[in-house]
Amino acid sequence: MGYSDKVRSMYQEQLKGIHDAGIFKQERFIHSSQAADIEVEYPTGSSLKKVINMCANNYLGLSSHPEVVKAAHEGLDSRGYGMSSVRFICGTQDIHNELEKKVTEFLGTEDTILFPSCMDANAGVFEAILTDEDVMISDRLVHASIIDGIRLCGAMHDTFKHSNMDHLEKKLILHADKRLKVVITDGVFSMDGDTAKLDEMVALCDKYDAMLFVDDSHSTGFIGKTGRGTHEHCGVFGKIDIITTTFGKALGGASGGCVSGRKELVEMCRQKARPYLFSNTIAPVVVSGVLKVLDILSQSTERRDKLEANTEYWRKGLTEAGFVLQPGDTPIVPVMLFNAKLSQDFSKDLYDEGIYAIGFFFPVVPNGKARIRTQISAGHEIHHLDKALAAFIKVGKKYDILGKSKQEIIEMYGL
Amino acid sequence: MEEMKDVILEYVIEEYLEDEDEEITYDTPLISGGIVDSFSMVSLKRFLEAKYKISIPDEKASPEAFDSVNKITELVKEFVG
Repeated sequence: MGYSDKVRSMYQEQLKGIHDAGIFKQERFIHSSQAADIEVEYPTGSSLKKVINMCANNYLGLSSHPEVVKAAHEGLDSRGYGMSSVRFICGTQDIHNELEKKVTEFLGTEDTILFPSCMDANAGVFEAILTDEDVMISDRLVHASIIDGIRLCGAMHDTFKHSNMDHLEKKLILHADKRLKVVITDGVFSMDGDTAKLDEMVALCDKYDAMLFVDDSHSTGFIGKTGRGTHEHCGVFGKIDIITTTFGKALGGASGGCVSGRKELVEMCRQKARPYLFSNTIAPVVVSGVLKVLDILSQSTERRDKLEANTEYWRKGLTEAGFVLQPGDTPIVPVMLFNAKLSQDFSKDLYDEGIYAIGFFFPVVPNGKARIRTQISAGHEIHHLDKALAAFIKVGKKYDILGKSKQEIIEMYGL
Repeated sequence: MEEMKDVILEYVIEEYLEDEDEEITYDTPLISGGIVDSFSMVSLKRFLEAKYKISIPDEKASPEAFDSVNKITELVKEFVG
């Protein structure tokens, strides 16, 4: 038997090491639909607790929206449950094609291809369009799924310091001899909530003859005046060569992702991207839901406007209370605590107060930069934010960090 | 070869350190210490090749060989001759 006692104990030791290091991830079971108010079983086996969710990617509050749920039901009835095939054999319905066209229009690109997830989009895109004659130059804080896609690609890879345009320019000069250069960034960075300088990046890419890739998963649907994404916010709509994004966050939050951009690049993905070729695409029920989400967002900016107002209210409240925040204006609002244990204790105390917000620490964020990452939603009402703020202030007082600077908090709790 | 060590140290500081307060020495573990991720090694390799007019084969440019300024200096010396 291959799975001997020796092998089992080896894995048990590894898991114990993860436990002992305090980084063992444990799921919390939600017994309700995803929303601002949820019912949670945590720890496992305990009775249900009603809490306010401050850590979902449900930016537009559409995860359980009645119109989206209704559209998904209708899709289930009219197109069935599954496809039992990959796209190019017999796994493509008319609604997959319709969704690709609608996403293209929404993002202002030339063409779009769906993937089972944005993780898959990022995993497949680079290998499909680049060879060992090319170079990928990525921001040092891009999402883990991009790193995986880069690893799967044979092109040379280099990095530039986070959002540092001088450093990016040096790298573009250093790699001038390469056949193709692709600059790679997130639109909004998921841990810090800051926005890429896409206007400057487009200018640099023009100057040095490079393509620009943007993962806009934490932007699509709400960043920019009409919610089209970071490219709209930065005034470079229509100028991004490759956008990847997800339907698993603001756009209904179910699952699925896409590559959208120059039509030849999208076609290369259709011919060569492995997660597209060797996996079923998004289920009809989800496609139907996302189509409705895009309808809702194309008719009105009401939800992204509310999200913007909520974010401003939340950020102002925390700032006035004396917390150290990561600067920015997106709905990702990290409350900086710096010390890993403090971030875990703070999160636990918030939960006791009925607020669900997770502490992040190394290796998810750099060492010494532990934080509670809060995420605001259009599904939040002011009373949710007020209650959450009161809880943050109560716990902040307990640990005596209100009004304290970064240096003072580090002196009190260490890094 | 002190000069080569200093050139490499200066490049590593300029290229990889984000925080002005951070300090490194010739022996600070760069890759195993989390200062340089293995992806970012490529620019260091290209810099060394251009600066010293050498070609370092990929199999020699291992994370272990690039793990400190002293180790990098030893590696470059092999090729400079």
